[in-house]
Amino acid sequence: MSSLEADVLVIGGGSTGAGVARDAALRGFTTILVERRDLVDGTTGRFHGLLHSGGRYAVKDPSAAVECIAENRILRRVAADCLEDTGGLFVATPWDDPDYGDLFVKGCEATGVPAEEIPVAEALRREPRLNAEIRRAFVVPDAALDPWKLVWGCARSAEQHGARILPYHRVLDLEVVDQRVLGALVRDEHSGEEFRIHSKVVVNAAGAWAGQIATLAGCVVNVRAGMGVMIAMNHRIVNSAVNRLKFPADGDILLPLRTACVIGTTDVFVPDPDDTEIGRDAVDLLLDEGEKLVPGFREARALHAWAGVRPLFEDTRDVAETRDVTRSHALLDHMAREGVAGFVTITGGKTTTFRLMAEVAVDAVCRQLGVERRCTTAEEPLPGSESHTLYGLDTRLAAREPVPQSEEIICECELITRSRLEQTIKRRATTNLDDIRRLLRLAMGPCQGGFCIYRATGILHHGDRVDHTEANRALVSFLEERWKGLHPILHGDQLRQARLDDWIFQGILDVEHLPA
Amino acid sequence: MSDLIRASLDHCVKCTICESFCPVSQVTPLFPGPKYAGPQAERYRGIGVSPDSSIDYCSGCGICTTVCPQDVKIAEINSRARAKLWEERGIPLRNQLIARPSVLGRLGNPVAPLANWALHNRAVRSLVQSVIGVHRDAPMPRFAGRTFQKRSRTHAGAADAPAVVYFHGCGTNFYEPILGEMVVAVLEHNGFRVIIPRQDCCGLPLQSNGNFPAARSYVRRLVANLAPYARQGLPIVANSTSCGLMLKREAHEILGMDDEDLKAVSGSMFDLMEFLLGLHDRGELRTDFGSLPLTVPYHAPCQQRGHGIGKPALDLLALVPDLDTIELEVDCCGIAGTYGLKKEKYEISMAVGKRLFDDIRATGSDIAACDSETCRWQIAHGADVSAVHPVELLHRAYGLDTNGSRRAHAGAAGRRERSGS
Ligand SMILES: Cc1cc2nc3c(=O)[nH]c(=O)nc-3n(C[C@H](O)[C@H](O)[C@H](O)COP(=O)(O)OP(=O)(O)OC[C@H]3O[C@@H](n4cnc5c(N)ncnc54)[C@H](O)[C@@H]3O)c2cc1C
Ligand code: SF4
Ligand code: SF4
Repeated sequence: MSSLEADVLVIGGGSTGAGVARDAALRGFTTILVERRDLVDGTTGRFHGLLHSGGRYAVKDPSAAVECIAENRILRRVAADCLEDTGGLFVATPWDDPDYGDLFVKGCEATGVPAEEIPVAEALRREPRLNAEIRRAFVVPDAALDPWKLVWGCARSAEQHGARILPYHRVLDLEVVDQRVLGALVRDEHSGEEFRIHSKVVVNAAGAWAGQIATLAGCVVNVRAGMGVMIAMNHRIVNSAVNRLKFPADGDILLPLRTACVIGTTDVFVPDPDDTEIGRDAVDLLLDEGEKLVPGFREARALHAWAGVRPLFEDTRDVAETRDVTRSHALLDHMAREGVAGFVTITGGKTTTFRLMAEVAVDAVCRQLGVERRCTTAEEPLPGSESHTLYGLDTRLAAREPVPQSEEIICECELITRSRLEQTIKRRATTNLDDIRRLLRLAMGPCQGGFCIYRATGILHHGDRVDHTEANRALVSFLEERWKGLHPILHGDQLRQARLDDWIFQGILDVEHLPA
Repeated sequence: MSDLIRASLDHCVKCTICESFCPVSQVTPLFPGPKYAGPQAERYRGIGVSPDSSIDYCSGCGICTTVCPQDVKIAEINSRARAKLWEERGIPLRNQLIARPSVLGRLGNPVAPLANWALHNRAVRSLVQSVIGVHRDAPMPRFAGRTFQKRSRTHAGAADAPAVVYFHGCGTNFYEPILGEMVVAVLEHNGFRVIIPRQDCCGLPLQSNGNFPAARSYVRRLVANLAPYARQGLPIVANSTSCGLMLKREAHEILGMDDEDLKAVSGSMFDLMEFLLGLHDRGELRTDFGSLPLTVPYHAPCQQRGHGIGKPALDLLALVPDLDTIELEVDCCGIAGTYGLKKEKYEISMAVGKRLFDDIRATGSDIAACDSETCRWQIAHGADVSAVHPVELLHRAYGLDTNGSRRAHAGAAGRRERSGS
């Protein structure tokens, strides 16, 4: 059995793990990151997408609010290309407790979250589709956060500093000798090969799965999985993040995210973070809440639904509702807690505070190794963000000018050209179209791949690595995965689209009987 | 949701039907096509600066909207995006000028001989192209000298006949007053008294050149003049397909106007051919047509689809003994109002029209019929035939053409001007 060596082994390829790997690499530790699936395929790739201003926590969880606004300011500098400066509004609808507004003002003052009250008429001028019955409105510095760019940006930066990033590598076991974690047994999920990684410190950044990893070292980390559902609508109904002015609750944020607009979210405990079925009740609830913010919301086209699982850390076990668990992160140094050396868990938190989480985790690594190395992630921009320019919604459209027909466009909804797709397939060396989707937003638009995914399959097959069997499998597995997000919301316009797509795939291509 | 035009993008299922009909994207790589520019690109247009100046290459012909099986308001989405683009950039002098036919008309008509000489002189036109940006070969009508308003002022109809209101538009007023007289004669022949209110431009050219505020004020003024008649229950007829459509639908749908005057006018607005065919359907149209042994290719202008009235001219012309019409299958002549006048778009507009011109030439006829004035000017220019409004043929078949000459035409859409002439 072959093996690898590193100072730091990071488990988990979400925002937390990628942040830790980058931070560790920047501080000069040799670093390896393993992720059982693709990067950003855990909670980070299934979250809502808000770079919080802190406003949402200003009343309920002031320390989280303080962290959010601090990190918000830092990320606008160092992760500019992953953010769109949508700005945010907190609005009181007729359904919201009118007294909350004053608490909100006090909370924001106390936590330093800049919230400026504006006249309702001004809020409606900015967001003309909002419910005209809103009673109060505040402006906050929310932004939209692209998790794929963020995590891949961290991963590339880590690689530039010598780290190895290993997607599709699952941790099967941890090697523990004399109360010290020496490394992990890992399986390459593509080849099936198993091997060991020896490290000085293992950082458990497995999110909602952190409890499962901790068990492998004989430690107890009580993370509960709080499942949340989101629905993306076909176009931007609002251009700024619109939050309800009330205690955090289900369906209280409508967020523009690239070309779509996402309403979220819900929150229920699930026993298994890998089992997240989306119920009709969650969909109904979200559409109802959307209707309160924007009259006519239910008639607008829903694109896709998905669910993510919050890693909610609890030290006590008798908490009834998941929202009462702190949103601030948990750093667990298992040396101090259970006397297990070389093992640190970082979980909970939010993507907004991922950088801070990584910083405290790598500080703990330094303590375990008895070295002092300064964290620089608050100053060093991510690759692509050097100019500190925030991403614009119109970037892809503007890039097709001045001769829009100059190149073939494969994914028309997300404006992905043939050359861009070919380069990405080559660079990523993958046969999985979902990996490409996460990198390029392939098939994330209105037709949900109906018109691009057979083209992309052809291009995948045209390259030299993929034979027809593999290409066919790639197509079918993509369609199966896509269906999971479609069937919960199928009605109206999206149902028509699904029928047309179905005719293409079943009627024309007969995908269920492709040659194996 | 209040914004129905934008919201209609949700209905797009990517079927690509609109793309296969768009006359412009087929002839130039500079325009990406309706599916792209409409429901797709709209998702990328936020509150910032317009990212896609290629939207300006959409001619606004409206074919896409009429062929879309999902009711996506594609041309309307484009039209708004174009208006925003020009609002940001400032509308160039050229577009301001050619978008105000009534201003040009008032300037040009008093000095018609000189203005006509200049508009058809190579040297002057080259200068105009380089200074203003109107293509030197683009078709230009001739100023008539005396406007239709002036010519008709002394005209009196039978006082006790049922009344119909005539919205003649700028083309008739300044360039084709004889056409206006034929419209009046045909209506009177059918027993109507024709009321010709004072009227100015409908604002359509301003709308298609992205100046929505100015377009709205033209609409407001015009409908204020027409609304009193509409409220009396009188029908209003227009011989200009696009100007009629402006008042019927576009001022509301594209400019977002909801004025009471406009509503009254919209409800009473008829395309001339639609109106006459309506009479025929009720058995009220006189059919005392004489023989007209002609073969005439007929082109239905794009905007006529927006009326949703089919091709009434074909049914009417079929009533004329010995008149053969050939229905042309090509959708667009390329001019799209003022689009083909612009120096950067002239070639595109001629390329769009090429199939139509070829089909007309292939018929061997030296006359073609089309309801819309700018299309007639383009057809005359591109196919080298004389292009007439279908009512001119009816006028002749009724025997109302007192000159008896075949030159029934107002003169504006004369055949192609040879260079130097
Ligand atoms: C519905 C919802 C909405 C949210 N909205 C927001 C928001 O708007 N803004 C915000 O800031 N935060 C939001 N959050 C919180 C935020 O998404 C999470 O806190 C964050 O993504 C957690 O990142 P992570 O890296 O810790 O976990 P993950 O992204 O889940 O990463 C953990 C990774 O570990 C991997 N793993 C598990 N087991 C193994 C193994 N055996 N071997 C190798 N790898 C393994 C998993 O595959 C997974 O990819 C939201 C969360 C949810 C659920
Ligand atoms: S209006 Fe005409 S030119 Fe413009 S996109 Fe539609 S079909 Fe094409
Ligand atoms: S015709 Fe209508 S539904 Fe079809 S692609 Fe065009 S806009 Fe979409």
